[in-house]
Amino acid sequence: MTGRVARLSAAAGVLLLLLGAALPARTADFAGLVSGLPSEGFAAKRKTVAALGALGDARAVEVLKALSGDRLRSTAEGRVLIVGTGPDGGPLLSDAITGKPVTGVDPDSLGRIIANNVLRGDIEAALGSMTLFSRDRGSRLGAARDVLKHPSAEGAARLEKALAGETEAKVRDAMQTSLLAARLLTGSKAQQLAAISGLAGSTDPQIKNLLDAYRARPNLDPELGRAAESALAAIGHRLRLVAVAANLFEGLSLGSVLLLAAIGLAITFGVMGVINMAHGEMIMLGAYTAFVCQQAFRLWLPAAWFDAYLVAAVPAAFLFAGAVGVALERTVIRFLYGRPLETLLATWGIGLILQQAVRSIFGAPNRAVANPGWMTGGVDLVGGLTVTWNRVGIILFCLVVLGVLALAMQRTRFGLDMRAVTQNRAMASVMGIRTARIDALTFGLGSGIAGMAGVALSQIGNVSPNLGGIYIVDSFLVVVFGGVGNLLGTLVGALSLGIVNKLLEPVVGAVLGKIAVLVVVILFIQRRPRGLFALKGRIADAEG
Amino acid sequence: MRILKTIGAAAIGIAVAAGGAGAQTQDTIKIGVLHSLSGTMAISESTLKDTVLMMVDNLNKEGGLLGKKVETVVVDPASNWPLFAEKARELLTKDKVAVVFGCWTSVSRKSVLPVFEELNGLLFYPVQYEGEESSNNVFYTGAAPNQQAIPAVEYLMSDEGGSVKRWVLEGTDYVYPRTTNKILAAFLKSKGVTDEDIRINYTPFGFSDWQTEVAAIKTFASAGKKTAVVSTINGDANVPFYKELANAGVKASDIPVVAFSVGEEELAGIDTKNLVGHLAAWNYFESVKNPTNAAFIKEWHDYIKNPKRVTNDPMEATYIGFKMWTHAVEQAGSTNVDAVRQAMYGQKVKAPSGFTAVMNTNHHLSKPVMIGEIRPDGQFDVVWQTKGVIKADAWSPYLAEDKGKVADWTYPWACGNCTKPRFHD
Repeated sequence: MTGRVARLSAAAGVLLLLLGAALPARTADFAGLVSGLPSEGFAAKRKTVAALGALGDARAVEVLKALSGDRLRSTAEGRVLIVGTGPDGGPLLSDAITGKPVTGVDPDSLGRIIANNVLRGDIEAALGSMTLFSRDRGSRLGAARDVLKHPSAEGAARLEKALAGETEAKVRDAMQTSLLAARLLTGSKAQQLAAISGLAGSTDPQIKNLLDAYRARPNLDPELGRAAESALAAIGHRLRLVAVAANLFEGLSLGSVLLLAAIGLAITFGVMGVINMAHGEMIMLGAYTAFVCQQAFRLWLPAAWFDAYLVAAVPAAFLFAGAVGVALERTVIRFLYGRPLETLLATWGIGLILQQAVRSIFGAPNRAVANPGWMTGGVDLVGGLTVTWNRVGIILFCLVVLGVLALAMQRTRFGLDMRAVTQNRAMASVMGIRTARIDALTFGLGSGIAGMAGVALSQIGNVSPNLGGIYIVDSFLVVVFGGVGNLLGTLVGALSLGIVNKLLEPVVGAVLGKIAVLVVVILFIQRRPRGLFALKGRIADAEG
Repeated sequence: MRILKTIGAAAIGIAVAAGGAGAQTQDTIKIGVLHSLSGTMAISESTLKDTVLMMVDNLNKEGGLLGKKVETVVVDPASNWPLFAEKARELLTKDKVAVVFGCWTSVSRKSVLPVFEELNGLLFYPVQYEGEESSNNVFYTGAAPNQQAIPAVEYLMSDEGGSVKRWVLEGTDYVYPRTTNKILAAFLKSKGVTDEDIRINYTPFGFSDWQTEVAAIKTFASAGKKTAVVSTINGDANVPFYKELANAGVKASDIPVVAFSVGEEELAGIDTKNLVGHLAAWNYFESVKNPTNAAFIKEWHDYIKNPKRVTNDPMEATYIGFKMWTHAVEQAGSTNVDAVRQAMYGQKVKAPSGFTAVMNTNHHLSKPVMIGEIRPDGQFDVVWQTKGVIKADAWSPYLAEDKGKVADWTYPWACGNCTKPRFHD
């Protein structure tokens, strides 16, 4: 009897001792966890990350962010360091455990502590629960949305607390939605019913999937089932509308890319009648001009100016491609007017020469052209409809180019001369217009616009010597479909081809969609050989 | 008249050059390089031409092969598939080369295959491909699907890879992606993945407008199960695809993309800061640390005189193939195709991957498999690799039509596509 008591009290004593030791062990724990990182495999690191997240230590946030961002290093002795940015922009090392700066160590000599996708996901979740109360608005918003991905009762409790102190409307909305989702899965019947009616106004595909899974639950209360049913119908209807809107935007965006690629051709082919197979290469030259501008900005100008390289690239590309165009017209094309077959072959050959020249100068591999900060990312409008900034930028740019061009054609002396020469060369010449000069300038204008298109296209695709080949067929398609010699036709042609293409793509796939568009255009040309907007009148008839 | 004279002079020049080359044939061994140096594929293939030239250079510095200098005949099939066959015939009949290193796309390989079989030539093919082939005249030093695609999918299914349950198989519309995706779909179904959890989509070569497809992938991924994209997108279409993904806010920790045609060389043309964490599966990465690789990278930088040029998997496969061929020639004491072929079986090379690659009797290699995640600097971190080497299957065990097919070019099988041996005792 006494023995048992003694044993019990001894056990209790040990327990107390352990508890006592656990309190000061808190910092030791953090240090222990962090210094374990260099030698751990991914499975062990996941446990460490979870433990670090549960610690609630502010220093853990720094370590986790560094691990996720590939900024965590280890010395040969096993010390863990964080690489930050110093005041001079160079690397600045600090000790992960003490937070003190470390000097005299070459960052390149250190071992890297790497993360993988799963680990980065874990870190995101760990930081999420820590950052629901963060000072930074963006991380609170992100955290509120992350909870929606894993709804749980604890999540609901934390959200309620966070919601009480939240003042930003957008963050409140996100928190509210996540809270409703969590209550739908874990709350009482009344709470579930309220959650369903609250979520019925959503346009988020995630909510739809959540409700779908909810309705499919076995032995669900019929009242709740009916409510979920009607909420789903409402969400589904809105999502279909959003899908149509998304399709239209994508069509508009594709159309604007086609339009940009085709405007230059609308002038060289449409207005001057030169079958210019080197048009694609003018686009390519423009894209490489953007690359050269980017490199120049990187090398010679302060980093803060870098985002402006694109603004500088647009006029540079216009001038460069335009100059190449003028040179081409003066040296080759002017000897071939009125001989379409020879023009076709000559310009095709020139295209090949330009391609190989670029390949010799810049090398065969693609060149990286970065999107400047203001062209990166996008904005989530509603229900998974993301509008990306580079697409919006291209749509606007293309409208501006078209508008300026139309003004120049209608309102300037050069535009007048140009129209006069293309409509009736002999008469224009008699009236004192220097037709040869106008020819060269017109060809230069078309080429210059192609160069600007190249700058825009470098923002969404490759910059390689073959860039032009991708767009040449589409450009001819647009010009022929829209009606030769007509800028309005080019606009309508490009936009309608873009939208038709994008409406077909989800239904029949990209490959068949493209074929279908081609067939439709061919059939259309059979019915109306002059395209959508044919030039009417005596001159057009005489030319035809 | 003047033009005629020029042509005449050129013809004489060519004749002299050819005569000069002819006079040298006694003490040189000629090898052919059949990689596109112009056209779409020049991006990838011209590097492999340089790799072969570097290996030949080093070999000659060490005294050549069988006491003779090795001479390279480089031709340019210009990314034009029928031209590949013409150039291959020229190399074998006119230049009488002992071996050819060449081809990248499967369609170019299929185009030259009949030529090599008819003339009993020897081709080393250094690129990962869809399998379903074994020719007596080709040695395949790139990965077969079970050395790349299948392990990558298995990795993503594992806890470590994120326990992926839903799959988008995204490819360019031609033979390699279609065959690979057929094998992958059969494999996924054998692992209990249902049809509704697999989305297969194809886009044309050089496709550049990915908005609709990326939106569709996002919708597909919002179904509540972990989703991954398996990409067999080839060539130029990759850049706009990754750009669109990044701009649409798809992160690797949400929807990882594992690619089979994107390596260090391809990443050199992409702004990689938004791609961190996306994956690639290969048998070699430049970032692998071992002495063989360090020497290989140094050799390459010395030869190309540009320390910024990267190495990649097809270059390593070219390296392995070239080394194996020289060893086999030394062992056979001759460049005779039949003798070299026999000496190739079981040939071992310490590869830059850090493992020893072995040539099997199905004309494919045993190599390790590595999964890498893209780093901000355009290199890869190896996050998973096989413990040892994996033997390539020429025929996939997951396809019903391949059941029982064996590729084995030694007695008694002596066949690349048979269900029973050609000979029996």
